[in-house]
Amino acid sequence: MAKRSAPEVNAGSMADIAFLLLIFFLVTTTIETDSGLNRKLPPMEDQIDPPIIKEKNILTVVVNKNNQLLVEEKLLEVDELRSTAVEFLDNGGGQGEEACNYCRGKKNPSSSDNPDKAIISLKNDRETSYKIYIAVQNELVAAYNELRNREFLRLNPTMGMNFVEANSKYNDPRTSEEVRDELRPKLDEVKKMFPQKLSEAEPSKTS
Amino acid sequence: MSKFKKKKSGELPAISTASLPDIVFMLLFFFMVATVMRDSTLMVVNVLPAADQTQKLDKKDRVMYIYAGKPSSRYQDKYGSSAKIQLNDKFASVGEVGAFILAERAAKRQELQNVLTTSLKVDGDTKMGLITDIKQELRKVNALKINYTTRVGDYSQNMN
Repeated sequence: MAKRSAPEVNAGSMADIAFLLLIFFLVTTTIETDSGLNRKLPPMEDQIDPPIIKEKNILTVVVNKNNQLLVEEKLLEVDELRSTAVEFLDNGGGQGEEACNYCRGKKNPSSSDNPDKAIISLKNDRETSYKIYIAVQNELVAAYNELRNREFLRLNPTMGMNFVEANSKYNDPRTSEEVRDELRPKLDEVKKMFPQKLSEAEPSKTS
Repeated sequence: MSKFKKKKSGELPAISTASLPDIVFMLLFFFMVATVMRDSTLMVVNVLPAADQTQKLDKKDRVMYIYAGKPSSRYQDKYGSSAKIQLNDKFASVGEVGAFILAERAAKRQELQNVLTTSLKVDGDTKMGLITDIKQELRKVNALKINYTTRVGDYSQNMN
């Protein structure tokens, strides 16, 4: 009888202790991984003679100190930048050797010859806000992605994913080696069709 | 009849909370496993700009972080309110970026030293001049892979 009435160990506070720990880890947790726009800077060596590029193969994008966007000397809203860049890259106005057989643009002779030749030149002021700079970068990357997606889907209609999805799968460390080997040539092919030629000039000083 | 009465008047059995710790422990272990501790305390305002064409920065051991922005409000009387660079736990000048990158690189394993990415966590209201200076320093030490770390969102959020 005495044994039966022996007091049970009170485990009620166990939950409190566990909650305390739980709240600590909840507060310190950052689950999401960072993401952002990947860029490659040009190496430091100074070019002795810069290659000659035809004016029509360059799309000049300037962001001034008042965060206004100038594309080819015309004032433009950021919303229009993506379509302008796509139009420029996809123009394919070249003849003969420079012709582009997969472009669907207007073949305007005064715009770019070939996506392989087309360069987007981005220039900003030292007073430009970083937010606007990122928005412009984002739109330019979006233009490239749009075209790459289109070509990737055309070349690999059975894959069931577009270029961006395939690329992120390729970069995912959990993807197996065989899948990667399979993806690599397909990605490289599309990257060669629309190479990302984004040149950044040294920023202008505000006087 | 008596049977009925007995049931009704009987004391309500207390709901057993014995399994509560188990549930909480389960949650606890989940968060313990999923936790990545913040390695440096932020001393700058760091509202990242939004972008939607982003790529993930996997593998934290291959990333070096550079923060920039206005000093947080409690540091403002000491350091002023113009944008500053933060490396690890202290403010730094532009000239120190190169040395920082070299030191970080030397601390990594040999096979990772060539695949490092520099993540630029810069506040959206910073002027491009500072970022250009950082980029110039990075080019000097040949740290060419950079990532403009952003929030995921539509670019129009950057416009106001």
